[in-house]
Amino acid sequence: MSSIWEFLTRTRGKNKLHVTDMITYLYMGLSVIILFGPVLWLVLSSFKTSAEVVKFPPRLLPYRQENMEVEGYEEPLPLYNVTLEDGSVVQLAQVRRIGLEGQMVDPSNPEEIIKVHIDDREPVEKVVFSLDNFREGVESFNFARYLRNSVVVTVTATILTLIVNSMAAFALAKYEFKGRNAIFLIMIGTLMIPLSVVLVPVFLVITNVGWNNNLLGVIIPGAATPTGVILLRQYMLTIPDELIAAARIDGASEWRIYSQVIIPLSRPALAVLAIFSVMWRWNDFLWPLVVLSRSEMFTLQVGLNSFQGELNVQWHLILAMTVLTLLPITIVFAFLQRNITTGIATTGMK
Amino acid sequence: MTTHSQKNVWRSVGSFFNNGLSSLSNFTIDSMDVVFGALQRVVGLRGMPYIFVLPNLLIFGIFIVFPMLLNFGYAFTSGIEFYPDQRPWTGTTNFEQLLDCTNYFDPNTCREDIFWRAVFNTATYVIFQVGIMVVISLITALLLNRKIRGRGFFRSIFFYPVLLSPIVVALIWKWILQENGLLNGIITGFGYDKIPFLVDATWARFWVIIISVWAFMGFYTLILLAGLQAIPSDLYEAADIDGANAWQAFYGITLPLLMPSLIVVLMLSLIRAVQIFDLVFAFTGGGPGTATLYLVQYIYGKGFSSPSKQFGLAASASLLMAGVLVVLTLVQLLFRKEEKA
Repeated sequence: MSSIWEFLTRTRGKNKLHVTDMITYLYMGLSVIILFGPVLWLVLSSFKTSAEVVKFPPRLLPYRQENMEVEGYEEPLPLYNVTLEDGSVVQLAQVRRIGLEGQMVDPSNPEEIIKVHIDDREPVEKVVFSLDNFREGVESFNFARYLRNSVVVTVTATILTLIVNSMAAFALAKYEFKGRNAIFLIMIGTLMIPLSVVLVPVFLVITNVGWNNNLLGVIIPGAATPTGVILLRQYMLTIPDELIAAARIDGASEWRIYSQVIIPLSRPALAVLAIFSVMWRWNDFLWPLVVLSRSEMFTLQVGLNSFQGELNVQWHLILAMTVLTLLPITIVFAFLQRNITTGIATTGMK
Repeated sequence: MTTHSQKNVWRSVGSFFNNGLSSLSNFTIDSMDVVFGALQRVVGLRGMPYIFVLPNLLIFGIFIVFPMLLNFGYAFTSGIEFYPDQRPWTGTTNFEQLLDCTNYFDPNTCREDIFWRAVFNTATYVIFQVGIMVVISLITALLLNRKIRGRGFFRSIFFYPVLLSPIVVALIWKWILQENGLLNGIITGFGYDKIPFLVDATWARFWVIIISVWAFMGFYTLILLAGLQAIPSDLYEAADIDGANAWQAFYGITLPLLMPSLIVVLMLSLIRAVQIFDLVFAFTGGGPGTATLYLVQYIYGKGFSSPSKQFGLAASASLLMAGVLVVLTLVQLLFRKEEKA
C-alpha cells in the first residue's frame, strides 16, 4: 500500500528504474492502446471492402480478394485456393456459386467447369489499401462543400470572437465606467448557460433576422462568449496601467492603445482563446443542426451525422467519411500539439 | 550552395508575406483609427469604454440575454405556434405538466414520463461519468507528473481525443461496439458469446459513460497536471527531511495544494455532463428505447424534431435545467471565494 502511494506522490528526481516506474510505463502503454487504438482501428477499417467490413470476426488489415481476367468471361473472376479430392491445392477462378457448390474454372483451361464444395475453397487474398471507399463516399457525402462551410465558420467565428471579446475585455479591465460591474456580473452569471438552454428563443431570433440556412446564423450568436471576455480580462489586468498612461501622453488615441499596446501584450491569452474557439466551432453540432436544414449549408459534423443516418448499414462508406472528417484537426494537432497542450495547461480555462 | 540560395529564397518569400501581412494589419489599424478617432472626438475619453464593449454587448444581448427572457415567454404559454404573440398565456401549466408525478421516483407515474426518464438518466450519467473521470484524470496527472521518458508524447495522446468531434467519437465507438464489431470479435475469440452492447439498455448506458470519459478526460488531466506542476518541489524535500512517508506527503502537500484545480475540474465536468448531447445523439440516438435519453435531447426533441412541436414544454424544461446550472455555478463561485479568503 505504501509503495503505491509512494509512486503516486513522488515527484521527479530519482534515477534508477523503480517498480513504480514500470507501473507508470505500463499504465502509459495501456493508455496509448486504449486512446489511440480505436482511431487506428477506424483508419484501418476504412480501407476495407463492403464485403470485408461485414465479415465476422473482423480482421486487422484490409484484405481484398484477388480477381483474374479469364478468357470467355466479361467480368474478372474471384480467385480461390481449392483443395481437390486427391489432397492437392490448385488456384481456380469461380464462375458462379449455386447453393453449397461453386462452379470453378482453371484459368489456363477456361473451357472446363469444375464443381467444388464451398468448404473446400479458400479465397486468395492480399492486403490492399484502396481509396475506393473514399472515392465512392464523396459522391453522396459532399466533403469539399462541408469542409468549406466548416472552415468558413471556424475561421470567421474565431477572428470575430477574438476581436469582439478583446475589445470588451479591454474596456472591462482598463476603464472605470458606470455599468461596468453590472456588465461583468451578467457575464459571470451567464458563464455556464449554454446555447442549448435557450435553443427555442434563439431560433426565433435567428428566424426573424433571416439567418436560417445562413452560416452567419451559426457564426454570430456564439461570438460574444463570456468565457473569452473573462479569460482575456484577467490577463489584461496584469498589464501595467503606466503603459497606457504613457501612450496617452504621447497623444495616442484609445484605439491605438488597444490595437498597438494591449493586443500585442495579450498574445498568450489570445492564443489560448483562439485554440478554444477553433475547438468549439469545429466540433460544434447542436447549434448548426438547428440553424442549418439545407444540406449544402451543412458543416462537417452535421453532414457526417446525417450521412450516417441515411446510410445506416453502409459502414465502409461511413468509416471512410469519418476518417476524412477527423483528418484536418489531426493534421493541425500533429503540428501544433506542444503549443496547444501547454497553452491550455498554463491558462487552465478558469 | 543550393541549400544556401534556397534558404534565401524562402527567407524572401517569408519576408514578403510578413511585410504583406504587417502592412495589411497596419492599414486596417490605421483605417479603423480614423473611425474610432472620430468616435472619440464625439463621445470623449469617458465614452470610449462603452464603444469598446458595444459589439460584444450587442451580440450578447440579442443572442443570449434577450432569448433568455423570451424563454420565460415560451415557458408560460402553450400551443404549437412558434411566434410568441400567437401563443395563449397558460401560466404555469407547462411546469405543472412536467412536474406532475404521483411518485417522483417512478417515471411511470408521471404525466410527462419521458421528461422524468431523461432526468434520471442524466442524474445517473452525471454521477458516474464525473466520478470516474475525475479519479482517472487525477491518477493520470499524478503519473504524468513523474519523471518519465516521452512525457510530452503521452500528454498529447491523452489530449488527442478531446480534439475529435463528438460525432466522430460516437462513430468510432459505434463501429467497435456494434454486433459484429471488434470488441465482440475479441470476446468470441476467447470463447464467449457476443454481447449486444448497443441493444441492451444497461450496456448502452455503461458505454455512454465510458466513451465520454475516453473523449473528455484529457482536458481535465491537463488542468490537474498544471496544478501539480505549480506545487514547489522543495515542499516535498522538506517533508522528506522531516521523515514524512509518501502517503503523508500526498495527503499533507499534494492534495491540499491541488484542491483549487480539483474543484475547477469537478465543477466544469459537472456542468458539462449535465449538458451531454451530441455524443449520445450520434452514438445511440437516445436508445434503446429511452435508455440513454438525456435532458438536452429531450429539449431538442420537444422543440425541433417531434412532429407536434411543444415549445412550451421545451422552454420550461430548459429553464429547470438552467436553474440547476446556475446553482452549480454559484456553488463553484462560493468555493473559489473560500479558497481566496
